[in-house]
Amino acid sequence: MMKTGPFLSREKISSRQLRRASRQEALIRGLLFGATLISGLAVGAILGFLAYFSLPLVFQGQAGQILDWRWRPFQGDFGILPMIVGSLLLAFSALLLAYPLGVGLCGFVFSQRQKPWGRLVLLAVRLMTGVPTVVYGFVSVFLLVPLIRTWFAQGTGFSWLAATLTLSLLILPTIVLLTWAQLEHTAIELRLAAAALGFTPSQELLWILLPQASRGLLAAVILGFGRAVGDTLVALMLAGNAPQIPDSPLDALRTLTSHIALVLATDSTSLAYQSVFASGLILFGLAAAVNLALRWLKSPAW
Amino acid sequence: MNIFKKAKVFMFLMIITVIFATTALGTQGSPLAPFQALEGKIDIAGGTAHIPVMKDAAEAVMKANPKIRITVAGGGSGVGVQKVGEGLVDIGNTGRALKPQEVEKYGLKTFPFAIDGVALAVHPANPVSSLSPKQAQEIFAGKITNWKDVGGKDAPINLFSRDEASGTREVFWKKLLQKGPVAEKANIVPSNGAMKVAVAQDPNAIGYLGIGHVDKSVKAVKLDGVEPTQENAKTGKYPVVRQLYMNTKGEPQPLVKAFIVYILSPAGTQIIQKHGYIPLQ
Repeated sequence: MMKTGPFLSREKISSRQLRRASRQEALIRGLLFGATLISGLAVGAILGFLAYFSLPLVFQGQAGQILDWRWRPFQGDFGILPMIVGSLLLAFSALLLAYPLGVGLCGFVFSQRQKPWGRLVLLAVRLMTGVPTVVYGFVSVFLLVPLIRTWFAQGTGFSWLAATLTLSLLILPTIVLLTWAQLEHTAIELRLAAAALGFTPSQELLWILLPQASRGLLAAVILGFGRAVGDTLVALMLAGNAPQIPDSPLDALRTLTSHIALVLATDSTSLAYQSVFASGLILFGLAAAVNLALRWLKSPAW
Repeated sequence: MNIFKKAKVFMFLMIITVIFATTALGTQGSPLAPFQALEGKIDIAGGTAHIPVMKDAAEAVMKANPKIRITVAGGGSGVGVQKVGEGLVDIGNTGRALKPQEVEKYGLKTFPFAIDGVALAVHPANPVSSLSPKQAQEIFAGKITNWKDVGGKDAPINLFSRDEASGTREVFWKKLLQKGPVAEKANIVPSNGAMKVAVAQDPNAIGYLGIGHVDKSVKAVKLDGVEPTQENAKTGKYPVVRQLYMNTKGEPQPLVKAFIVYILSPAGTQIIQKHGYIPLQ
């Protein structure tokens, strides 16, 4: 805890107090720097590790084999491009579904914030963060998958659609809570001014709060995408894992994450096993690229 | 406290007596006796088909001697080889024979202990109950896509296959598909349990799983009229079979050795049979 009291009061500050405060500050700064350093090093180490293990692929000329459209390990095809497409398709479709829903939910909670409804919805969303992924996964296997199979009467039900619906449920709390935190922290003066100008709650939300919260909205997209592209279990349990480009939402797809989970256990001498490291590296790059792209989109205009 | 201690010792003696009484019944001497002088930890990982057998055996040993701790994890045959090879576990289970490179790389020693058959499985309501190997190959290759072409109703065939690390897949692919192709649109499930759930739910599904895992929730398909039972697997009438192996890095430690001997003993044989596999002895 920083002691700001002595600086704000009009009493004279003794040099001893000053020295103690600056020592504390140095300590805190050191701790924060340490924490940053450790996180940074960890990320760097992961990247380095992945790159190191993927290197043999490049040098032995096998990179071309990995960047191919066919995954048939028993016939000697080890292409992981379908998995890259699968990861992107699933993450974006889940985000496309969950994001408007999340922001809409926030709007609802905002308009109802004085009434029990709003609090109830927010409480429910908070509770959702505590549901383990595997629970979403197996509930969907027994409820959602049979429904999709019988309703659409095509395919097995283990599909892009099933995974998208469940995954969007999984990332919804992330989006809602981040957006909500941003809305809640918008300066009270702005809100009072809006009220004084006679804005209705929905006008206030649309013209004052959402534009104000654009940074938070973007953070919600980035984190939501990160969760969606990084989640393994939902895709593994629901998407069917067929290594193909889906023709329709009812087809199965395989994400990079489920690919890693499925292939990690193969014997470590095969090219299939090597592809796991390439998958990890690509997944890492994908998440970073989307993150950067979104930040770049944000920077000039808004 | 003293009373508790005494009660504990009493309980312990009770459990030992019960274990001895039950396991010694059908066997000569006590198969758990060698564990009395031992203590320590055994970590086991690998093939998922082995898990029920390993767990029961581990429980019996740990009850007989609480100083011994045994952990059993899954992961698949590939994981079994890697973990035991890297020294992370004491026993790495595989549902396939070790490859020469693996034996060479890690210096592994292998102990086969049971036979497991792999059965084609369909939904219980599916009228198809027998297929020829050729039909099975064409179904999995994606050439036959409708159940009516193999004597069923007019409905699409939903394919389910296993992950690349699966020992079950390897046996199925070698022995039944004759290393033929598997259609890319086949859904991939990561375990025998997940396969059973998927096939049990989908009226148009076809998949495959270890015979030990077959129960009423799915229907095992006959192969040219031969029922996929453990009996037929043992006599060789049913051809899609594999052996289950325990593997150690080099010569096993005394405790690990005792555990392997126990699995191969008549008491272990009973456990193996109880879970639907055929003992090698």
